[in-house]
Amino acid sequence: MEKFNILEGIAVPMPLINIDTDMLIPKQFLKTIKRTGLGENLFFEMRYDQNGNKIKDFILNKEHYSKASIIVGGANFGCGSSREHAPWALKDFGIKCIISTSFADIFFNNCFKNGILPIIVYEEIHQSLLQDAETERTSYMKIDLENQKIIRNNADQVDFEVDEFKKYCLLNGLDDIGLTLKNTDKISSFEKKYSDKFSWA
Amino acid sequence: MKVMAQNRTLYDKIWDNHLIHSENDTSLIYIDRHLVHEVTSPQAFEGLREAGRKVHAPNKTIAVPDHNVATTSNRLTNFGSEEGRIQLETLDKNARDFGVHYYPVDDIRQGIVHIIGPEQGWTLPGMTIVCGDSHTATHGAFGALAHGIGTSEVEHVLATQTLIQQKSKNMKVEVSGELGNGVTAKDITLTIIGKTGTAGGTGHVIEYCGSAIESLSMEGRMTVCNMAIEGGARAGLIAPDEKTIAYVRGRPHSPRGQDWDKAVDFWSTLYSDPDAKFDKKLFVKAEDIAPVVTWGTSPEDVLPITDFVPSPDNFQGSKVEAAKRSLKYMGLKPGQKLQDIKVDAVFIGSCTNGRIEDLREVEKIVRGKKVKSGIRAMVVPGSGLVKKQAEEEGIASSLKEAGFDWRMPGCSMCLAMNPDQLLPEERCAATSNRNFEGRQGRGGRTHLMSPAMAAAAAITGRLTDVRDI
Repeated sequence: MEKFNILEGIAVPMPLINIDTDMLIPKQFLKTIKRTGLGENLFFEMRYDQNGNKIKDFILNKEHYSKASIIVGGANFGCGSSREHAPWALKDFGIKCIISTSFADIFFNNCFKNGILPIIVYEEIHQSLLQDAETERTSYMKIDLENQKIIRNNADQVDFEVDEFKKYCLLNGLDDIGLTLKNTDKISSFEKKYSDKFSWA
Repeated sequence: MKVMAQNRTLYDKIWDNHLIHSENDTSLIYIDRHLVHEVTSPQAFEGLREAGRKVHAPNKTIAVPDHNVATTSNRLTNFGSEEGRIQLETLDKNARDFGVHYYPVDDIRQGIVHIIGPEQGWTLPGMTIVCGDSHTATHGAFGALAHGIGTSEVEHVLATQTLIQQKSKNMKVEVSGELGNGVTAKDITLTIIGKTGTAGGTGHVIEYCGSAIESLSMEGRMTVCNMAIEGGARAGLIAPDEKTIAYVRGRPHSPRGQDWDKAVDFWSTLYSDPDAKFDKKLFVKAEDIAPVVTWGTSPEDVLPITDFVPSPDNFQGSKVEAAKRSLKYMGLKPGQKLQDIKVDAVFIGSCTNGRIEDLREVEKIVRGKKVKSGIRAMVVPGSGLVKKQAEEEGIASSLKEAGFDWRMPGCSMCLAMNPDQLLPEERCAATSNRNFEGRQGRGGRTHLMSPAMAAAAAITGRLTDVRDI
């Protein structure tokens, strides 16, 4: 996995609440057996009309925001289906950070597994960041994961919380499986005790 | 993190039993059952191959194709799409190469993963169960800790039979009293989501309890837990009781002999202690629950069928814009009577409501009646065995007689990955779990409801109060 440390980029405002994973990447693109190439279908039904033409008014179709790497999104971002195709599509499009007041659990986890940093902020800060993002000139943000800061265009700094272990994995681009396999002994001894006690399981 | 031994919730107990080790807030937990389907697993198996890894516990891994399978009788040769065919073939190859339990499309036991898990006795109380599918919450009906995971986690579980987790909080939802006429498990679970909102359970595991929950059959309990995720909770739980044990007994993979006795003894310890601490609580009176439908594009947009389409002004904050967008998408006007809304299609099935009891409910409503002309009504049994049983009980012939299309098992129009889809602006009374924009087909309009309510809509051609039929 790619390491995440400092991200500087354009933030796109998407204040709609309950942006679900069906919206992020609809079903017809789940037939793939690969992780890549989904970016062009991100937000498919909002981005393209029935004839496959780009819908001009949709924000990610605007020249400036088509280069965004940060989304300031509405509450309960990523709700619905567990499809990891949603973060794959975001990543493929170029999104590396999503800032919201809340995320759905499964999506939140899936982001970290793909080098995307989801950040939870308070409502008030969320409003300021949305405002920043709404104007092209102020839509540039910097995310400093090491120091857990969002640096706004006006140089204001906003602190954010992130789980220690998840931060460590992101900063070092670590893959969970490799880390867990270091605990093989612990897993084996657990399995032994467990199968003695719960022979049917 | 272990809680004091005397005041644990059911979730705490299952967690403690599976905890391998813990560092700060991050824990490694052991997984008893890993369910796998064709859509969220190919990249995970590919990852194993690339790293030269094996499946750690093939005996605890169960694979079945369900999302992408066609529901037509010629589905063994007609896949709907080339990509779909490749995905099914990939699961077939992966299941055989890695030696996991497998129910291929031509096996009578094939069906929706969350229906066949319990049916085959893979799902047992006290277990941890995961699947790359958010409706894994279904299995919580047995007092198992069950939740959806992403594909990276699917690969992690395949490789290690463990999952890196942070412990969730505990939420209790108590539904007490007696359910009214026409009110079903689906109405309970939708009503709860209407109250909590789709993020009300985020970060929590919900334990459902109370006399109305206890009164439900196992099928009904599965319907309730299935939609815990629509309330934001990864998992829902119901403590096992006599009904649970009776359901589990004698299933192909349930314990036998001495193991059975040991298991039943253990299962009787699976309940929340009287002094257990819950971080959040919700009480609902069963008498206050009516047959409900959704009007919008979020499962929280729930109203009793006797109500009217709301105005966006009834809401606050960012929900105002969301409601405007929903009404526009759904083609509805504030103040419209819900019962005046005409439907074009009816979909009965899914992991929420594709079990035998659901089909019996539908048959009871439509017996001797006809699907209104012009309505496309489809029944998709949850598994081959549900289908067979419904055929043996005469349900299938009765539904076909009424004008329903009787299909082969699968997820079908719940997520519309296969050819079963709504057309733009086509309106559907659906027993599934999500009414998101485009969920059942681009531009399609979904109203969620119980099987009985969907059956009533099929007869009248509009959203209908089942109590009037």
